[in-house]
Amino acid sequence: MVTLTIDNDSSTVPEGSTVLQAAKALGIAIPTLCWLEGLGPYGGCRLCLVEVEGASRSGFLAACSTPVAEGMVVRTSSPAVRQLRAEVLEMILSTHHADCFNCRKNGACDLLDYCREYGVTKIETGRETRHHRPDTSHPFYNVDRNKCILCGRCVRVCNDLQASHVLDIAGRGQTAHVMADHDDRMGDSTCVSCGNCVSYCPVGALLPKPKVFPGEHLVQGRTRTVCGYCGVGCELDLLTRGNAVVGVQPAHGPANEGILCVKGKFAFQFIGHPDRLTAPLLRKDGQLVPVTWDEALDEFEKRLRAAIAKGGPDSVAGLSSARCTNEENYLFQKFLRAAVGTNNIDHCARLCHSSSVTGLSKTLGSAAMSGAIADLDLADLIFVTGSNTTETHPVIGSRIKRAVERGARLIVADPRKIELAGIADLHLRINPGSNIALFNAMAFTIIEEGLVPQAFIEARTEGYAAFAAFLAGSGDPAHAWSPERAAPICGVEAADIRKAARLYATSKAASVCYAMGVTQYHNGTNGVVALSNLALLAGQLGRPGASLNPLRGQNNVQGACDMGALPDVLPGYRKVADPAARAAVGKVWGVEPPEKPGMTATEIVEEALEGQIGFLYVMGENGAISDPDITKSMKAFEKVGFLVVQDLFLTETAALADLVLPAACFAEKEGSFANTERRVQRVRKAVEAPGKARTDLSILADLLGRFGLPLADASAEAVFREIAAVTPIYSGMSWPRLEKQGLQWPCPAHPGDPAHPGTTRLYTESFSRGRGLFIPVEWEAVAEPADREYPFLLTTGRLLYQYHTRTMTGKSPGIERLAGKARVEISLRSAQDAGIEEGDPVRITSRRGSIVAEAKVSDRTGDGVVFLPFHFAEAAANLLTSSDATDPESRIPEFKATAVRIEKAGPGTAAVGAGKAGKGR
Amino acid sequence: MAYKNYILVCGGTGCESSRGDEIFRTLIKEAELQGVKNDVQVVKTGCFGFCEKGPIVKVLPQESFYVEVKPEDAKEIIAEQVIKGREVKRLLYKKDQASSDKVKIEDIDFYQKQFRVVLRNCGVINPENIDEYIAREGYTGLERALFKFSPDEVVEELKKSGLRGRGGAGFPTWLKWDLTRKAPGDVKYVVCNADEGDPGAYMNRSTIEGDPHSIVESMIICGRTIGAHEGYIYIRAEYPLAIERLKIAIRQAREYGLLGKDILGSGYDFDLDIRLGAGAFVCGEETALLQSLEGKRGMPVPKPPFPAIKGLWQKPTVINNVETFANISVIMAKGAEWFAKIGTEKSKGTKTFALTGKINNSGLVEVPMGTTLREIVFDIGGGIRNGKKFKGVQTGGPSGGIITEESLDQPITYESLTALGSMMGSGGMIIMDEDDCVVDIAKFYMAFCVDESCGKCAPCRIGTKQMHDILEKISNGNGVEEDLAKLEKIGKAMTKASLCMLGGSAANPTLSTIKHFREDYMEHIRDHKCRAGKCKSLVVYEIDAAKCIGCGICARRCPVPCITGEKKQPHVIDRARCIKCGECFTACKFGAVVKK
Repeated sequence: MVTLTIDNDSSTVPEGSTVLQAAKALGIAIPTLCWLEGLGPYGGCRLCLVEVEGASRSGFLAACSTPVAEGMVVRTSSPAVRQLRAEVLEMILSTHHADCFNCRKNGACDLLDYCREYGVTKIETGRETRHHRPDTSHPFYNVDRNKCILCGRCVRVCNDLQASHVLDIAGRGQTAHVMADHDDRMGDSTCVSCGNCVSYCPVGALLPKPKVFPGEHLVQGRTRTVCGYCGVGCELDLLTRGNAVVGVQPAHGPANEGILCVKGKFAFQFIGHPDRLTAPLLRKDGQLVPVTWDEALDEFEKRLRAAIAKGGPDSVAGLSSARCTNEENYLFQKFLRAAVGTNNIDHCARLCHSSSVTGLSKTLGSAAMSGAIADLDLADLIFVTGSNTTETHPVIGSRIKRAVERGARLIVADPRKIELAGIADLHLRINPGSNIALFNAMAFTIIEEGLVPQAFIEARTEGYAAFAAFLAGSGDPAHAWSPERAAPICGVEAADIRKAARLYATSKAASVCYAMGVTQYHNGTNGVVALSNLALLAGQLGRPGASLNPLRGQNNVQGACDMGALPDVLPGYRKVADPAARAAVGKVWGVEPPEKPGMTATEIVEEALEGQIGFLYVMGENGAISDPDITKSMKAFEKVGFLVVQDLFLTETAALADLVLPAACFAEKEGSFANTERRVQRVRKAVEAPGKARTDLSILADLLGRFGLPLADASAEAVFREIAAVTPIYSGMSWPRLEKQGLQWPCPAHPGDPAHPGTTRLYTESFSRGRGLFIPVEWEAVAEPADREYPFLLTTGRLLYQYHTRTMTGKSPGIERLAGKARVEISLRSAQDAGIEEGDPVRITSRRGSIVAEAKVSDRTGDGVVFLPFHFAEAAANLLTSSDATDPESRIPEFKATAVRIEKAGPGTAAVGAGKAGKGR
Repeated sequence: MAYKNYILVCGGTGCESSRGDEIFRTLIKEAELQGVKNDVQVVKTGCFGFCEKGPIVKVLPQESFYVEVKPEDAKEIIAEQVIKGREVKRLLYKKDQASSDKVKIEDIDFYQKQFRVVLRNCGVINPENIDEYIAREGYTGLERALFKFSPDEVVEELKKSGLRGRGGAGFPTWLKWDLTRKAPGDVKYVVCNADEGDPGAYMNRSTIEGDPHSIVESMIICGRTIGAHEGYIYIRAEYPLAIERLKIAIRQAREYGLLGKDILGSGYDFDLDIRLGAGAFVCGEETALLQSLEGKRGMPVPKPPFPAIKGLWQKPTVINNVETFANISVIMAKGAEWFAKIGTEKSKGTKTFALTGKINNSGLVEVPMGTTLREIVFDIGGGIRNGKKFKGVQTGGPSGGIITEESLDQPITYESLTALGSMMGSGGMIIMDEDDCVVDIAKFYMAFCVDESCGKCAPCRIGTKQMHDILEKISNGNGVEEDLAKLEKIGKAMTKASLCMLGGSAANPTLSTIKHFREDYMEHIRDHKCRAGKCKSLVVYEIDAAKCIGCGICARRCPVPCITGEKKQPHVIDRARCIKCGECFTACKFGAVVKK
């Protein structure tokens, strides 16, 4: 610790702190224009100058870059300092197009604020007028270089935090200016629209487009909350005016550390969108008509009681939502389990990481990310497999890119040449469905080359001998999982498999990030097990930077699972089959949940097709687009006795419903989300829900009351207290604790010492099941391999700009401009063979349906593989996918491999086989 | 076999550009043609320093010092001196036009007060031949550093020598090395700053061109001392000859086992590479240089951390200037005590200067620290050209200030120059006479800084432009007295607030000229007059009818044309159309065109 004097006040700060930090600790504000939290000093604006006694040169030093020294005497606001700052401000102002009256930054402009503070009102030394043409080419923001003060923040954010490397400074002296790529217009550049440059511009040089973001400059309120899109869990501030969200500003949350992606920053227009549902809709004479809440809930109650009476509780099912809060998911499963008496609860995790749950539960005992997001900073090697991280988890993607830039190695195993493949040390362009062969062959190599950490294997694992024998072919060398055997299956060189294995096993700390590219196969559980085997074998678990990380896709998919919105587990993953668990929950609820595990989402659809579902309650899911083989799932939804859909919009699924309940979105409610790293964070209400829309929590509270389980206190905080009471991994959490910062579970209550700090990384001492278990798993070909009739393998996934079925992102005009239509990625050779050129309409046909999408010819996909995003209803990839091939344990469908044929389509052709477009439309 | 004669041809850039290479080749050809190629060895050496009189050729053993040699003279030199043993008298350096006596080299005024340490081999050896360097005690310093001294002792030796950084700031070299040596980290680097960018400065260039091995050797010594295994020489791409000679030197050193693995069997590995700068002045600033070396935009970054702790690729790095390195090898060879005897108490050794401007003997000079400016200007430099009056000397290029008559007797040390409001800088020294206008000079240097500011920090990017605009205004005759106060205000703010020394010192030429020559500024402002006639807008050309004979040459040269007059009658300049190019002024042989 170092003690110094700042403005006659003594301050003791850690060694290595800067004067700026030391002053901040004393509550002394020093003006800055170029300084950015989370980045090192830049030293460009020269506004943070302070007087330091005995300093060389002129006696003035920049506070941002001057480390504290013992006995240092600093003056931050002496007349000399203030005068010098005023002179520097005057210089900066002299080159700034000070059109303050017309500037939308007025009120939030740091330059203007400082000029006022320092009394800089006119320029005596000569004004420099610049004449850059405004660049309005970007869909989200405008660039006015005449206002740019060259503070360099945008450049540093783009390079050092976002790691996109689009912006830089070009030219010297007077010609110095911020440029995108090779001085391209912003809209023509490789900008990924994360908007972080806009967030940090201190002046009006980078501003959200006025027409797209009206009112962004007239902020009245600011609410800290968590992003409602993906599972990264970025903290952000919603900027509001009246009852409207007018902008978003990133916060320094533990997951995002000050940055956001395009969806979090710019795609918030859905919140107050005119298409929002504002009243309950009840189907009368085939039409959905607005009704009062009383009528809607009366009907709900009547039809539910009738369904239970007719088919028993198990003819009722509920699909909960990974988009809703923990509190809402908790009440949803409580409603079905306690009020209805069924375990038929599931949610979309079934379609994403259910195989991680089944797989990792067997091998490690717990299925969540073993490390923290920030742990990636500590990894020497990152192995990304089946995750297009920079598009699906962009903020984690940036962290991986930063890790590579600081020297970490990167291996990517993915059928597509995704962005990360471009910076990887090794890209294994594996065939869809060859994961298990790859992981087994890597494991084989690790054993073959003697890279196994014996002490770890002995102390922490079981089943090694059998696993090693299996890899060696169980006595038959022809069956050994040598890289030579795996190479033709994977479509990569054996030498590269060996190289990957070596890199992974010999790194000091290696982290694996994986997602749907591993889980969404008919043998997804085995894929996850194979990956788990690999991590155990190399001992890359439970240490800083060594982790196995399933990246969760939705804002609260982790929480929905934690809350027991699953057919076989209660809150906190306690099995419904476990009498003790049921009893514990029953004690709080007053009713014990049923013993028999319920149906999975995929099974619910199957049962519905058979006419076995009398009542289906869907909260915030759009299965009509997101389920596999949607021709079939739509038929299933139609066959449900009574379908209730609770959502923000009249989605494709809601259009099929008998009763539609208007719900509030994340910006309109209090609660908590758990992000992909098991971190429970507070969600806070910024605006009121539109019309008569209500929070899912208040709807569920009403319903529970109608079924005899009224909540004493229907506030989200009270519900959270109940969650903590029945969920051991949450038991040490409370809202007052979460208020300060999110906590990572397990966070058990400590009797006598309530403040468990949460758990950054799992498995440091032991695995959840004790020892890590090796389970030999055999590779199998995909269920529907390419053949003569359907010679291509279709793989599906997400785009950076869109989110799921576009119910939210589709409301943002900029997003629609950038990624508004379905495009099928196809390799150059495949396109040439089929006579397809860039932009041509392409018909893609599987055994189940046929759609048309625009061709995007590139080398992103390999020959014989095509990729289609699943976002678009008008070219719904899930018309093509199959629900027949599901994993026997997790019931996950094989979204990642469907045999298709492709041909050039005539103009104006559209999808066929979409079934009924919806009763109400 | 010993040769009868050795002919040393200057291979410095100055002489090369005056057909020096042609002289070299013609001498070889003539020796062959005249059948004496076995009697003479023609060697291209580094800079002799006396650039004013270049191209220079020296013939041994007679010590004939030939100046202003042309390729056509080669035939005579071979025929007379090599064959007949007679000096070519007309080419010999003479004290003045009238005298015909040969002046011994050591008696030439230009060399009288010089003492060559850094330039010890320049003009003596063939810089492209490592053997010649070795013959002059080359690589003995390295040998001592490898086998005789421990790294501790090398540092101690440097400390005893008192060597300070020659890049301008004068930081003790031993301390820089010691800090880097003790900084934690296994990977360290040695970097040579050869990004000499001051207008008028060419000391580093000449040093490398004339003696590249002295840099190579010193960098190896440095690497060994601090525990580095890689070094980079960052040199501007505008120095092709220096780059070429460095490449040759590095190649030869590798062939001799002086670079690469296991140097001289010591077990120590070190190698060097050259990186070219793209001509940005700011890349001479060490942190910007390191950024550029890393392939980034060359912009300074705040210090601390200093390169000794976090330098190239965030690793501890010694970055020294060419001249600093050139001293190391000789200190290690001859010992610290020898070196410490040269110079003053706090400023040891010598300093090289590039002497240019309105001086009789322009050239590359090296003097012991403590020599006075007067000695350099009047003894070595031979005084001001054409008997004009001395006005000032600009040291330190665009970062320095002007030093005037009254300070000429100050001994040159780091401290004294700083006290005079200038700085040592890397060693550019530009002499100005009464025909120079201080406003014009201040404007020139400020324009340089405007162009060369990297644009990162506001005071430098904006302040230089603001000051330049005001100077422009004054030089156009539109200045007002308040402008001087504004210049001082902006200049002081820039000095205090800039990130690096480019901005921190950019105001020096302006501030020091205002300080010393305020009246000159006031003349521009108040009287709209430029005494020196340098500020075009303030100059008026007139024809003195009494002197004009009506030859018409001025009218023919005038590009506008705005000069009219009958043949053999006095001509007249139409002031309204005159663009003040000065063509008529230089054309007139009768002094009839006058500047007012």
